[in-house]
Amino acid sequence: MDEELFKEYEDKLPPAILENIRKNAPEKITKAQLKKVLELTLKEYEEMAIEPGESVGVISAESIGEPGTQMTLNTFHFAGVAEMNVTTGLPRIIEILDGRKALSTPMMEIYLQKPYSTGKDIKKIALMVKETKVCDVASEFEINLADSTIEIKLDKQKLEEVGLTPSTLVKNIEKAMKVNLKLKDDDLVVVKTSSKESSLNEVYKLKEKIKDAYVQGIKGILQVLPVKRGDEFIIITAGTNLRKVLELEFVDPVRTVSNDVYEIGEVLGVEAARQAIINEILKVVDSQGLNIDKRHIMLVADMMCFSGDLKGITRYGIVQEKASVLARASFETPIKHIIDAALVGEVDKLNSVVENVMINQPLPIGTGLPSLIVDAKK
Amino acid sequence: MDKERFTYKKVDSLVFGMLSPKLIKKMASAKIVTPELYDKEGYPVDGGLLDIRLGVIDPGLKCKTCGSKLKECTGHFGYIELARPIIHIKFVGLVLTLLRCTCRECAKVLIPKNKVDKFSGELDAAEKEGGLEGRRRKVKEIIASLKTINKCPHCKARQLKIALEKPYTFIEADKRISPIEIRTRMEKLSDEDCTVFGINPQVMRPEWAVLTVMPIPPVTIRPSITLESGERSEDDLTHKLGDIVRINQRLFENINAGAPEIIIEDLWDLLQYHVTTFFDNDIAQLPPARHRSGQPLKTISERIKSKEGRIRHNLAGKRTNFSARTVISPDPMIAIGEVGVPYVVAMKLTVPERITEWNMAYLKEFVKRGPKSYPGSNYIVRPDGKKKKITDETQEQLLEEIQPGYIIERHLMDGDVAVFNRQPSLHRMSMMAHRVRVLPDKTFRLNPAVCHPYNADFDGDEMNLHIPQTEEARAEAEILMMVETQLISPRYGLSIIGCVQDSITGLYILTKDLEMSREDAIDLLTQVGVTDYSKLPAKKTITGKDVFSALLPEDFSFNGHSKSCKSKEAECHDSAHVVIKNGKLLQGIMDSANIGQGAGLLLRTIHKKHGQRYTMEFLGRLFRLGVFTLMKVGFSAGIADTDLPEEAKKKIQDVLDKAEQDVDMLIKSYHSRELEVFPGKTLLETLELRILEVLNKGRNKIGSLVTEYAKEKTGTITMSRSGGRGTPINMAQMAACVGQQAMRGKRIDLGYADRTLSCFNRNDLMPSARGFIRYGFKTGLSPSEFFFAAMTGRDSLMDTALRTPKSGYLYRRLANAMQDLRVEYDHTVRDASGKIVQFQYGEDNIDISKSEGGTINVKRLIEQVMNE
Repeated sequence: MDEELFKEYEDKLPPAILENIRKNAPEKITKAQLKKVLELTLKEYEEMAIEPGESVGVISAESIGEPGTQMTLNTFHFAGVAEMNVTTGLPRIIEILDGRKALSTPMMEIYLQKPYSTGKDIKKIALMVKETKVCDVASEFEINLADSTIEIKLDKQKLEEVGLTPSTLVKNIEKAMKVNLKLKDDDLVVVKTSSKESSLNEVYKLKEKIKDAYVQGIKGILQVLPVKRGDEFIIITAGTNLRKVLELEFVDPVRTVSNDVYEIGEVLGVEAARQAIINEILKVVDSQGLNIDKRHIMLVADMMCFSGDLKGITRYGIVQEKASVLARASFETPIKHIIDAALVGEVDKLNSVVENVMINQPLPIGTGLPSLIVDAKK
Repeated sequence: MDKERFTYKKVDSLVFGMLSPKLIKKMASAKIVTPELYDKEGYPVDGGLLDIRLGVIDPGLKCKTCGSKLKECTGHFGYIELARPIIHIKFVGLVLTLLRCTCRECAKVLIPKNKVDKFSGELDAAEKEGGLEGRRRKVKEIIASLKTINKCPHCKARQLKIALEKPYTFIEADKRISPIEIRTRMEKLSDEDCTVFGINPQVMRPEWAVLTVMPIPPVTIRPSITLESGERSEDDLTHKLGDIVRINQRLFENINAGAPEIIIEDLWDLLQYHVTTFFDNDIAQLPPARHRSGQPLKTISERIKSKEGRIRHNLAGKRTNFSARTVISPDPMIAIGEVGVPYVVAMKLTVPERITEWNMAYLKEFVKRGPKSYPGSNYIVRPDGKKKKITDETQEQLLEEIQPGYIIERHLMDGDVAVFNRQPSLHRMSMMAHRVRVLPDKTFRLNPAVCHPYNADFDGDEMNLHIPQTEEARAEAEILMMVETQLISPRYGLSIIGCVQDSITGLYILTKDLEMSREDAIDLLTQVGVTDYSKLPAKKTITGKDVFSALLPEDFSFNGHSKSCKSKEAECHDSAHVVIKNGKLLQGIMDSANIGQGAGLLLRTIHKKHGQRYTMEFLGRLFRLGVFTLMKVGFSAGIADTDLPEEAKKKIQDVLDKAEQDVDMLIKSYHSRELEVFPGKTLLETLELRILEVLNKGRNKIGSLVTEYAKEKTGTITMSRSGGRGTPINMAQMAACVGQQAMRGKRIDLGYADRTLSCFNRNDLMPSARGFIRYGFKTGLSPSEFFFAAMTGRDSLMDTALRTPKSGYLYRRLANAMQDLRVEYDHTVRDASGKIVQFQYGEDNIDISKSEGGTINVKRLIEQVMNE
């Protein structure tokens, strides 16, 4: 293949199309033929250019809104036999576009570094990631009324599963809770209450607190599931904590993803959040068997991110940002917008769409965009 | 000609602001002093709420202020002097912040002087984040952090705690602050301090939040209606204003008479209530003001807000004339870009045509025929804009009168442009321009090929028709909205219009192995509208492929795959591989993969090569060819199509028995706790998953058995093979087994305690007790099976009913957020204020509706070059 020719067209054609030609051109293609292919492609590419004034925003909104009516509402679906529940369909799209901070099903896909990705110690690693609480490794909690102490009976088998010994467990609880612990026997932990006067009520409260005390793993990761994807092992989790997971040394930080767009924005920046929005929406669209061009989704993602931080498509997000009072008022809570505008004497320049619809003037979009400039001197 | 019609003024900007008491008085043309509306003669009282200085709503009266008549006078404001100040309900929040954050003695902000500048940056940031409210919240926070809340840093005066007793009573240390007191405090606030709170003192002084005078809106915005009985019924706003004026007068009288404080307080409160509900009748803590019938009054806020309010109902959405609506019905004989319009409609909808010297005689004929015979005309418009109806009486005179410059509104005729629409208008293809075809009968006719973009069917759907009235509108409709410009969906860059249903099945049969005599072939082509028979081979019997080829353009070559093609790359069997060379279909069968909508690649290629106009005509012919082939060969589907040979029946029963046995085994191992548990699942969940898996496998096996054994030559199979209608699953459900009914991704598990229906044992996990339907629709369903089927049916109805408003709201939000985005001349995508959203649209500047599925079809180009 003639790389020089490709180089020549690098500035003129988008890389994806060049790549496509490279992939599809037969081996025996001559230089002249290749040149001709590139020339033809360039011609078509130029013919395909979008026209100035095109109302791309509305087209994208339509392209996402129209198939929305065909999506299923089913919140849960089983992706294969052994995987976890995921929010898909319309509720997921709404969740992403709202820019919500709390997802209904936060998830991560953790890719692993070399020796582990082949399945080495996969179970152990998975459990290291999972957040373990005291109640996960204990079989019984009891309050000893006589001494007003709390006795925790440990489940040895579970303890072993998560790779803990009773003594390390005690250490970890003490670190997390600042309580006085004593290891009695091999599977009994006794918690001494700090002051002698403490009433039963408080002891009970303390017991409940200890139940939820953090022992090990990564906070926020509620479930782990090692899965074979292709020929490597990955860990799928319920619950996310991207920052902490990326710090782990056995994790491949490049490919590991969370489905929490907001979290990605916090940890990796808006550009990553934008890409995450695109990926997540495309995932839903594909799983529903719908066909929406990527460009529409990109435009929505850009709209949500172009101000520098993640903004949802809600009255508090993007719509709030609009310069025009009437445009904001025509969406939701009109009275509030009009009153706030009155307080500062806001001026509506009437340069977007709705305001001009309201006062019956041509819209500055599409065929309404071109205007004449007259040189007044002549 | 008429000059005024071309003076054109553009609104450049709108300024929002607050009316000062001074301005209210200045712009008022009347002071309202009495709640009475009419005098004994029925004329509006001077100084009443319907004072004719405020505008006129009765025909015959003249406005005292501007001297013009009804409909000419836009109305004028009045005002009333309030006896005591009243707090404006919409500014209660602002007043509260101002009271809390300023000193009660010296009226300065409770931030030390030297620190105000320091915080201004922070305040601006807060305003950007959360608007004016955010800014006010920030002021509070700063004061709290400086701990100056109890003592003024300027005059050292002690500050008292101020509480708001909702909705509008302010309490300072258990004592009520009267609006008079509030107003004096607001007055003392300096202009610089106002800016701290984000108020612009030039347009809004804080004391204006406490009203001393109130504007009375013109009568024209609150017209009264005369009922049939001759009684007058006043507008809600007039009622409310009447209350205000009445109480205000009583308050004045009582104050002047020196009435006891309690009475005055009571009246004052009442006045506050009335003024509050005048602005907003939907305040949480206040009982809404009601009509005598008990229905709440619609006051100012209610007029503006919500979907039915002024903004969304009357300003952002408008009504049109020159439109029609009726039921639609199909007509494959009209072109795809045409719409059949009934005579009754065509004689009501008109197109304005200007008379010139050259068309005078032609247009005179329309006037002569008048409104009653087609094609006639309904109105003429004189150059001064006067519109005259053509009737039997006026006809003669108008014929004399007309001359160049007049406009004739003539009936709708064949070839006129009309915009056709079906709600919900979810994408731009829901509103396309068609050419009019005036037809008998009473429905709109459309070609079934355009059903898909409109998402229309003919089970009683209605559609709307609009007739553009100016040359500009017609030009835009023709260039931007015609059906042929909308063939490619901007959503995914492939055809959205293609053959459907009968047409696909017909073409499938035609191109499969149909043979006919030459006469029949010519017959068929003529019906379709092809008159050039030279492409037919000079033989006695002609194959269907030859007939199909007769439609193709001479220089057209195409390589494609049909639906039955499994692997795209490998050479599959002949019928699945479509080869067209130089306008001849050499091999392959036409089905939905080539001529249908969406992936219909044959159509997409023709579109690319020969353009939209040609594709439209080609598609029309193709469509009719399919339909007429079907008519010619005859086609029907019957219940016998689902008959299976005994052998197949037995095999299916075996599969089902096997599946049930497997499930039995699983249940047994569940009860004995031997089942291997999936990670992260409970035992029961694992069992459910495993059972579903087994049953699904069984169902799929039955599906393939049915397709294998079903008679190939039946209508049902033909339809499913061609992609015209129906799937193999539909067939299997009719012939063999309906399968598992699932709700929320699970087997049915709700109903009675521990069982789905009372005819089963408790905790029965058998397939039949959990919604598995063993037999097909033809065999019939047992009562319990029928009930399960009804459950899932209802579930999916619920799903649709809940989804529609959700997705509608999502769509509205998206559209509202993105409506201003446009591509600029420098290829950037920008919003209304010129901020760049994308440097290049979609990162490669490609218009999806001009692309092939979002990209350039490189393969086609390479093939083209290699074949040269």
